[in-house]
Amino acid sequence: MSVSAARVVRRRLANLTFEVFCWVVTAVALVALAAILWSLVRQGVGGLNLDVFIKSTPAPGSPGGLANAITGSLMMCLLAMAMALVVGVLSGTWLAEYGGHSTYGSVIRFLNDVLLSAPSILVGVFVSEILVKPFHTFSGIAGAVALSLLAVPVITRTTEDVLLLQAQTLREAGVALGATFSYVIRQILWRSARSGLLTGALLAFARISGETAPLLFTALNNQFFTLDLRHPTANLPVVIFNYALSAYDDWRRLAWAGALLIAVAVLAITIVARILAQEPKRS
Amino acid sequence: MNTLNAVEEFDTSIADVDRASVKVDVRGLDFFYGKTLALKQVTIPFATNKVTALIGPSGCGKSTLLRTLNRMYALYPGQRAEGEIFLDGQNILGPGVDLARLRARVGMVFQKPTPFPMSIYDNVAFGVRLYENLSKAEMDARVEDALTRAALWGEVKDKLQSPGLGLSGGQQQRLCVARGVAVKPDVLLLDEPTSALDPISSAKLEETVTQLKADHTIVIVTHNLGQAARVSDYTGFMYLGELVEFGPTEDLFQRPATKRTSDYITGRFG
Repeated sequence: MSVSAARVVRRRLANLTFEVFCWVVTAVALVALAAILWSLVRQGVGGLNLDVFIKSTPAPGSPGGLANAITGSLMMCLLAMAMALVVGVLSGTWLAEYGGHSTYGSVIRFLNDVLLSAPSILVGVFVSEILVKPFHTFSGIAGAVALSLLAVPVITRTTEDVLLLQAQTLREAGVALGATFSYVIRQILWRSARSGLLTGALLAFARISGETAPLLFTALNNQFFTLDLRHPTANLPVVIFNYALSAYDDWRRLAWAGALLIAVAVLAITIVARILAQEPKRS
Repeated sequence: MNTLNAVEEFDTSIADVDRASVKVDVRGLDFFYGKTLALKQVTIPFATNKVTALIGPSGCGKSTLLRTLNRMYALYPGQRAEGEIFLDGQNILGPGVDLARLRARVGMVFQKPTPFPMSIYDNVAFGVRLYENLSKAEMDARVEDALTRAALWGEVKDKLQSPGLGLSGGQQQRLCVARGVAVKPDVLLLDEPTSALDPISSAKLEETVTQLKADHTIVIVTHNLGQAARVSDYTGFMYLGELVEFGPTEDLFQRPATKRTSDYITGRFG
């Protein structure tokens, strides 16, 4: 075999160019991320103090915190997750175990993927039409429903994916003992897929915890501390949105502190999800 | 190939099995994967409290035959069986058969160990809890009994609450046997139960099988001819979806009636 030196050089050059390009692009992305995190920490840490957690959002110039927004966000996110988990896990299970191969199943899977990438502001407008307008008030419930609509497709997708990863012999082994198929799903498959299901749920939680657009149309905001989700409910994203655009320095400081809180929470959730997903597979 | 086609046909209906002691009686069984015919007019008796081995080259239909006996194939649309399979006189292919109840009576152990993601104790108790309401003490006794039968009790009696997935492969497979016998099935189906095990674990499992036939009718599919010769009382040789020859294991191995059987057991093909 004769080797063309020119060809070898050209191929090496192409390889090197591609490799350098990959490194540069990765560096750009990482630098941007680091810059965001850095400015978040630099400007947010200064605003963090005990008041942030125990006092409600203030009038300009007076002392205050984010207690109402933190509580509101937590309540709405938890309620949203409770609703989304039921719908998401069950529909994901149906797709994986029962109807996935039918035409109807393919249609559902396709629509779920569409919903997965639907603009969140559309979800806000939709929920506003069905849960805010008829009741003539913004409410935390409407906010939770809007968030759950964003979480459901994520959970459905991950549920289907992790169930399809479970060994077929596990299903057969359960059925072979005389268990009905639904019992096998509940007692064996869900248990076996537990870490994957949990990861999906946490990712969905991370996804909705920073959503602003759907809450603008549904929960809106509230100056006061309340646990009643039938009324407008304060929440971190909308407070950040309002305060960051305001003319007052103390409001902007609170906005930075709130942004830092969300970022830290999402980071923590993502790390937990990673750890759970890495649970050693023994087989 | 001409010699294969020219071999004498073996009449399975004259097999030397006492009809009165037949637990599972398969008659004229056809099996379809979609439009593909995988079993052709298979007729074979499985004797009570005996071990019957099914041997034959890959794809001959022995696992398929096994999976009709507890109707495992019913999980998959497109697979269907035609013919008759009598379990204690009842045709399990007939209409109105409760599949869950049938599978509680006909247990199965798979090629690869399939412990459930729960403790050793719960693995064994899983099937029992489906049909029986036992007190804690009764359940403890049942679990111990099942693990003892599967020759695993000594190795796990101090760690019943640790996960079944933490056991070695051979132990996991015996755990699956324990799980199967805990529900006290009439029939136990073993689908190449030692193919994923090392020789020592295999030997232990074979020993277990021999002891289990006191209480169960056992059907074992195996690629290992030595294993079939060691553990079984009757052997059926299958080829291309047909039962070529069936009879007492000793006769089949020492005096095979057909050329195809003798070619297979002497290692000339397969």
